[in-house]
Amino acid sequence: MNIVVCAKVVPLSSVTIRIDPATRRMVRKDVSQELDPQAAKAVEEALRLTEKHGGSVTVVVMGGEDATIGIRGALAMGATAAIHLSDPALAGSDALGTAKALAAAIRKAPFDLVMCATESSDSYTGLVPGQLAQLLGVPPLTFATSVTVEGRTVTIKRQSEGGYDVVSAELPLLVTVTTGINEPRYPTLKGIMGAKKKEIKRYTAAELGLGPAEVGESGAREKVLTVGRPPARPAGTIIQDDGEGGKKIAAFLADLKLI
Amino acid sequence: MRANARMPRMDFQLTEQQELIRKEVATLARSFSLDYWLERDKKAEYPWDWVKAFGKAGWLGMIIPEAYGGSGLGVTEATIMLHEVCASGAGTSGASPIHFYLFPPMPVIKHGAEPLKEKYLPRIATGEIVMSFGVTEPNAGTDTSRIQTRAEKKGDRYLVNGRKVWNTNAREATHILLLARTSPRDAAKPFGGMTLFFTEFDRSKITVREIEKLGRAAVDSNEIFIDALSVPAEDVVGDEGRGFYHLLDSLNPERIFTGIEAVGIGRAALERAVQYAKDRVVFDRPIGQNQAVAHPLALAWAKLESAELVCLKAAWLFDHGRPCGAEANTAKLLAADAGFEACDAALQTHGGYGYAKEFYVERLWREIRLYKIAPVSQQMVLNYLSEHVLGLPKSY
Ligand SMILES: Cc1cc2nc3c(=O)[nH]c(=O)nc-3n(C[C@H](O)[C@H](O)[C@H](O)COP(=O)(O)OP(=O)(O)OC[C@H]3O[C@@H](n4cnc5c(N)ncnc54)[C@H](O)[C@@H]3O)c2cc1C
Ligand SMILES: Cc1cc2nc3c(=O)[nH]c(=O)nc-3n(C[C@H](O)[C@H](O)[C@H](O)COP(=O)(O)OP(=O)(O)OC[C@H]3O[C@@H](n4cnc5c(N)ncnc54)[C@H](O)[C@@H]3O)c2cc1C
Repeated sequence: MNIVVCAKVVPLSSVTIRIDPATRRMVRKDVSQELDPQAAKAVEEALRLTEKHGGSVTVVVMGGEDATIGIRGALAMGATAAIHLSDPALAGSDALGTAKALAAAIRKAPFDLVMCATESSDSYTGLVPGQLAQLLGVPPLTFATSVTVEGRTVTIKRQSEGGYDVVSAELPLLVTVTTGINEPRYPTLKGIMGAKKKEIKRYTAAELGLGPAEVGESGAREKVLTVGRPPARPAGTIIQDDGEGGKKIAAFLADLKLI
Repeated sequence: MRANARMPRMDFQLTEQQELIRKEVATLARSFSLDYWLERDKKAEYPWDWVKAFGKAGWLGMIIPEAYGGSGLGVTEATIMLHEVCASGAGTSGASPIHFYLFPPMPVIKHGAEPLKEKYLPRIATGEIVMSFGVTEPNAGTDTSRIQTRAEKKGDRYLVNGRKVWNTNAREATHILLLARTSPRDAAKPFGGMTLFFTEFDRSKITVREIEKLGRAAVDSNEIFIDALSVPAEDVVGDEGRGFYHLLDSLNPERIFTGIEAVGIGRAALERAVQYAKDRVVFDRPIGQNQAVAHPLALAWAKLESAELVCLKAAWLFDHGRPCGAEANTAKLLAADAGFEACDAALQTHGGYGYAKEFYVERLWREIRLYKIAPVSQQMVLNYLSEHVLGLPKSY
């Protein structure tokens, strides 16, 4: 089974993200990056599936030059190979442009299963996987909390209000995994050493057959108009416990119709 | 990147692999909470979960050559690893069990005969072997040439008798790197005539008595009494009589490692202090707004930064086969002071809470004091620099 994992490389969670006021884009230059912890879960799930059923895991990343640290991170976990889409012509792509580039790269080789995280940790529009499934012409099985494969049938569980849905479809298809699906493995030192020797294929936008009308700043149909802070939360209510604290809290919750 | 080969090489950029090592060690180390360490310290329990986690992920085999199951990396990578180990807040409680996989095997790697390497290195790489480092003796102190532990050759074995003090890890050790006299001290060549052994820690012949100490209760240090320990000749590291010189390949890395550990511990303390200085409001302002609180923290940062640079320079020299005695000693000297000052400033920033165990800094403050004494005291480093770098007459 050939699994392709789409993984974003994002600023380290410890970094305070800055927005460039001129372009209204997140500043990614000279910021330490890592494999998106959400995408690491997709990598982990893919590795578990190939450990069980055989096959390969190829990681596809669209991102700038310094994204290679995150790519090596995925290879160190055990991914077989990687594809890096890094080209100034791709910079400024919106979600649809990103999906087009990823789809074109994925189509370069035969695949059975495409895996994404439900949303990325830094921009989290959650748009890319659906667009990607459409462009690849495969069904998306979304919000998976578990994934099993039997023959050509993939079955996922999806949390619902009263329990969970069980959804199946035939390969090829796309799965998005949720945060709770697994705890990704720590790369071993041997894994890190081995990652250095694994191949990272690179494609430019032109090699993907994509032009300025589809990708990059010029191809973006979304426009970021403003970036602002969420409104400050109103001050909370402090209830002093003078022996009647419990009653007061109950009254407060009843006012809000919570109880 | 370099435009022409005549440009001097000066590169502060870590390689991608080094960056990954740094990130993954940090992730693993930080998965152990500060409460985990507080509890190990309170209960004086060896951090086995921690050692096993590092062993499982292959970190303990870092400097063991690939041919013997390790990863064949250098002192530079080990330095990066220990920095992250300590910056996580693990302190010497977490660093010591790991650094024993990094410097005691060095003489075996560099000077050991092939059968010795095959016998031990693969089991060191997996973490199966737990080592102690037996050099210091009660009656010799810093003057290693005066050790009294003797090894007498009897056929194809040596019979060892003597005493070591401050033998760290002896409670858990399966093996020991042991320095003993094989011929009497010759005042003309005081450092000759000592032999280095890497051998099994035979508990029927070695008695261990633990020393209660100021910090790092989780990792034991002990007096050990060696009574007729029989060591096969194949466990001699390198040449008989040249043990001290072989040991030097351990001592310089040990100085670099303890230096970077002090830097990392200082950073862990500083991280907590900075957060506290932002959060704690007294006189209607965060305490960190007072320069008397902020400046010691800023100064601590600056000193840690400069100490780290010397540590990395010394590591680079060692990995390139160049002399590094002056730099390794300097690294330990500056880092021990910088780390201690950082922990002390962090404790002061916390006010009364700094004295409370639940704010974690007091453990780091107790633990870091060690580095001004061991593995070599600040005074002995200054003696070394006076004599060997400045060319001043020896004072003792
Ligand atoms: C006008 C405009 C300009 C922009 N310019 C830039 C820019 O210059 N640089 C930039 O980085 N972002 C830029 N962005 C943001 C960019 O559109 C989104 O980061 C990107 O489309 C993915 O969206 P997301 O992170 O919300 O992905 P989501 O849809 O939340 O991601 C879900 C999953 O899709 C997959 N995925 C998403 N993105 C990638 C990727 N890049 N590589 C591999 N897999 C992926 C992963 O599996 C991910 O977990 C721009 C956005 C706009 C609107
Ligand atoms: C917790 C801990 C763990 C240790 N672990 C190990 C271990 O695993 N293996 C091991 O072999 N050793 C270990 N040591 C020993 C450590 O290396 C020694 O304690 C250290 O080298 C100092 O030796 P000493 O204690 O004998 O001091 P001494 O030699 O007795 O010196 C006492 C003081 O006098 C000073 N002094 C002595 N001579 C001079 C001089 N000429 N000029 C200036 N000052 C001088 C010293 O600097 C020191 O401050 C450990 C020590 C501690 C505290």
